[in-house]
Amino acid sequence: MRQTPMAEAPKIKPQTPLLSVRNLETHFPQDEGVVRAVDGASFDLLPGKTLGIVGESGCGKSVTTRSILQILERPGRIAAGEIWLNRPDALAVDIAQLKPTGPEMRAIRGKEIALIFQEPMTSLSAHYTVGNQIGEAVLVHDPKADKAAARLRTLELLKLVGIPQPDRRIDEYPFQLSGGLRQRVMIAMSLACDPRILIADEPTTALDVTTQAQVLDLLRSLQRERGLSLILITHDMGVIAEMADDVAVMYLGRIVERGPVDQIFHAPKHPYTKALLRSIPSILATPRSKLETIEGSIPHPYNRPKGCPFHPRCADHMAGRCDQSMPPTVQLDAATAVSCFLYSPVAVDVSSHSAAKVSA
Amino acid sequence: MAAFIFRRFLLALATMWAISVLAFTIIQLPPGDFVDAYIARLSSTGSSVSLAEAQGMRELYGLDKPYAVQYLKWVGRVIKGDFGESMEWQRPVSEVIGDRLWITVLISFAALLVTWGLALPIGIYSAVRQYSVGDYVFTFIGFIGLAVPNFLLALIILYVSFRWFGLNVGGLFSSEYELAPWSLAKVWDLTWHLPLPALILALAGTAQLIRIMRANLLDELRKPYVVTARAKGLTETRVILKYPVRAALNPFASTLAYLFPYLVSGSIIVSLVLSLPTVGPVLLKALIAQDMYLAGAIVLLLGLLTVVGTFLSDLALMWIDPRIRHQVDQ
Amino acid sequence: MTVIANMFGRWFGRKAPQSGAIGEDRIAVATQSQLIWWRFKKHKLAVLSLVVVALFYLLALFADFLAYTDPESSDSRRGYIPPQSICWFDSDGAFRPYVHGLKGVRDMKTFKLVYTVDPNRKVYIKFFGEGYAYNLFGLIPTKRHLLSYDSTVPENGLFLLGTDVQGRDLWSRLMVASRVSLLIGLAGVTISLFLGVLFGGISGLYGGAIDTAIQRVIELVRSIPTIPLWMGLAAALPNTWSSIQVYFAITLIISLIGWTDLARVVRGRFLSLREEDFVVAADLMGASRMRIIFRHMLPSFTSHIIAAVSLALPAMIISETSLSFLGLGLRPPAISWGILLQDAQNIQTLAIAPWLLLAAVPVIIVILAFNFLGDGLRDAADPYG
Repeated sequence: MRQTPMAEAPKIKPQTPLLSVRNLETHFPQDEGVVRAVDGASFDLLPGKTLGIVGESGCGKSVTTRSILQILERPGRIAAGEIWLNRPDALAVDIAQLKPTGPEMRAIRGKEIALIFQEPMTSLSAHYTVGNQIGEAVLVHDPKADKAAARLRTLELLKLVGIPQPDRRIDEYPFQLSGGLRQRVMIAMSLACDPRILIADEPTTALDVTTQAQVLDLLRSLQRERGLSLILITHDMGVIAEMADDVAVMYLGRIVERGPVDQIFHAPKHPYTKALLRSIPSILATPRSKLETIEGSIPHPYNRPKGCPFHPRCADHMAGRCDQSMPPTVQLDAATAVSCFLYSPVAVDVSSHSAAKVSA
Repeated sequence: MAAFIFRRFLLALATMWAISVLAFTIIQLPPGDFVDAYIARLSSTGSSVSLAEAQGMRELYGLDKPYAVQYLKWVGRVIKGDFGESMEWQRPVSEVIGDRLWITVLISFAALLVTWGLALPIGIYSAVRQYSVGDYVFTFIGFIGLAVPNFLLALIILYVSFRWFGLNVGGLFSSEYELAPWSLAKVWDLTWHLPLPALILALAGTAQLIRIMRANLLDELRKPYVVTARAKGLTETRVILKYPVRAALNPFASTLAYLFPYLVSGSIIVSLVLSLPTVGPVLLKALIAQDMYLAGAIVLLLGLLTVVGTFLSDLALMWIDPRIRHQVDQ
Repeated sequence: MTVIANMFGRWFGRKAPQSGAIGEDRIAVATQSQLIWWRFKKHKLAVLSLVVVALFYLLALFADFLAYTDPESSDSRRGYIPPQSICWFDSDGAFRPYVHGLKGVRDMKTFKLVYTVDPNRKVYIKFFGEGYAYNLFGLIPTKRHLLSYDSTVPENGLFLLGTDVQGRDLWSRLMVASRVSLLIGLAGVTISLFLGVLFGGISGLYGGAIDTAIQRVIELVRSIPTIPLWMGLAAALPNTWSSIQVYFAITLIISLIGWTDLARVVRGRFLSLREEDFVVAADLMGASRMRIIFRHMLPSFTSHIIAAVSLALPAMIISETSLSFLGLGLRPPAISWGILLQDAQNIQTLAIAPWLLLAAVPVIIVILAFNFLGDGLRDAADPYG
């Protein structure tokens, strides 16, 4: 038993999750072996909330989001697991069972779940105007709409995301816009069909700091006004602290810890989460003191360590245990789960061990 | 945009100038001048020219002046459409060339269409179905196309169709139309004869273009905007055709600039093997007979053709790529 | 560093999946040329092509040794003899290769000589026997040939690939032609390479106005239709020139076009290398410009140049073949592939003597081999890419 699905946990919150990912495994078969980019990830997205997925680059965050929309690059494929999309007025559907190129899957993309990307320059085609690319998103899911209607809707969307002079910008090409405006165009495009879920994959990484803040503000206000549920992928703990309601911490394709944002920040459980938090620069830190880093680097996907994937870098690792078997996911309370032997029921003297570490 | 066109236009003019200098050099290169050749020709038929007459002719053609002056005079005459006399044919050069120039254009253009018509779909297929059987087959054919010079291909096809099908695939017209004036029936006849030489001429360029298209499209298929388009819910076909293919067209269009000179060049030598009525055979005969005004005129006209072709391809590139259109505006 | 090591781990993963550490050590100490060679070896087709190209150049070196009759000796009574087939074993079963003698009979209707096999006469083929005299490598006078036959009997003859209209043996001519055509390719590429490195280097190194000017010249050269230009230049060579002079002039003419591609490659490499850390570092450490170029920059793109050269060579060979085919290139008595193919120019000749087209076979093989080789080299040239 590797995982305890949250659904089996005592239900305290009344809402059913909008999106439930269960034991998702996404593999990239290569000549040299299979890269398990996502290796048993489980999480839930609650209506109207923001789920932050955080982790170092290469830990499988982006592949997770692409799995949800089944837009993996070849030769990637979903090998196991379920992705349940709950609908208010229809039956829930397991996305993992849909054919990636089929019409049901296409009907979900952009219409129910929309995606915005890290690189607003390369994520927009340089060959078509902003209006063309947004209008297309309107037209594809609305067979009744004509070009004029799509244009009106596009103008509306551009206004909504706060682009000045929308009637001029609509006929411009992406390379004529600044990075911040491009990201706003991306957001406008993703909102074209009023999706219920918006996945933002590192939406601010490529932007400068002031623009970052503006884009995050925009996402927050859109979420408030339209009741959007947001999955926010980032490696920036600061962004998580500012935006997320719930947090899932990812390491080597696995969710090692998930819980409400306050808990993650104030009472982190997993050694990896703690290490991540220690590596945030603080203005309260002693001047000229060295910023903490996490020892070592992410192992190569072909050389996945035996046992807990984090153990070679873990300060608390227990020889003979962590390097032997995979720690199960332990449900600590309704909203918190952690995958570490320190918290597994068999572990002895857990509290004193971690307390000692925290004070140190 | 205007600046871009202007710059390209200047380059076209410069190329034209360089070609005219080369053409003139070719006219001048053989020992002796036009009058010497003329005298030699007359004396072979029994008549003779006095020294004074020869001098008169030299002055008339400006042959006693320095090369630069001669060049300017020649250019001046050429601009007025006077390419001089062909010694070999005893007729004005423009008359000798006649329709042949247009047939050269026609064959080169047909080959261009064939090249595009084949390379575009095959290139897309090879990239989207990378490492499939079809991809390997096209890659293999492509390599053969690259390796077999088109005149050799023409020779082989000529032999094979003669040996096994008893057909003579040479020529552009059936015998009854060869000397007939232009008519609808003749055009129809031409339409039937055109595809084979066009295909032979196009093969090497097609092979090259398939490889370019395949490589570019493979690059483009990995770009994030493709994922964006997919995430919108578009069908896979539409995603590929609208976005990466459009981006891969860009370098595709820019190959036009050297594809056209290449095809015009190739048509010369293929025409010889397939006895096509282009300027090729005339140029070869003129060069061997040192009929230099004719040869120079043909080199100049072919140069003009390719310059026009290149200029048009630049305009096409500008039309395809909004970045070029707009960057130049700023 | 680990990233690079992992990358190599992937390349060699199939051979040493478990011994990652050992593999990485091997890679860490490998020189760049070793890396390129390892990568090149994975392209089976390219390796095969390398062997083919090497064999052809070996053939060129020993062309006269591989020929068995003087490629110039003509005999109008032996025109258009079709290729003979070799019988490897004599009637007693011993290995003693021979061809049958031929009888020429004039067809009284068409007045054509028709050759029939004379089953009673055998012309035995000797290995390493004596034939016509030549200088091996142009230096060592010898009469030794790979194949020979008893030419003291005037009726005897060996025509493995048949003869042309003048009764010259196609096999022997093809051997000598290969030498001429392959060497003219090398010579042309050498000149192109010199021009390309010179102009490409200046362009990439100095940049600015000089670069723009050279780029415009290159664009200009590329937009001139090549074949008419070559034809014009080649036709202008004086008739009085010896075939050696014509040879060099033709080489020069075909390399006038070829240099632009090489110049582009060199310029591109210079431009990208100029920004590389190791070049900047050498500059900051006060290395002289020449030292930077020759010690640091050139070694890191010789592989690219080799790849570009091996792609330029087939173009050179095609150029020579085309020109000679048109009768504007090399002139007899020089023999090249183009000159041999010139005999097969029209359908009437092909109908009578289709074997003359055999001269196209080495052209196609060599050009294919060079293309595969160049592709393989180009892929291997970037071991870090």
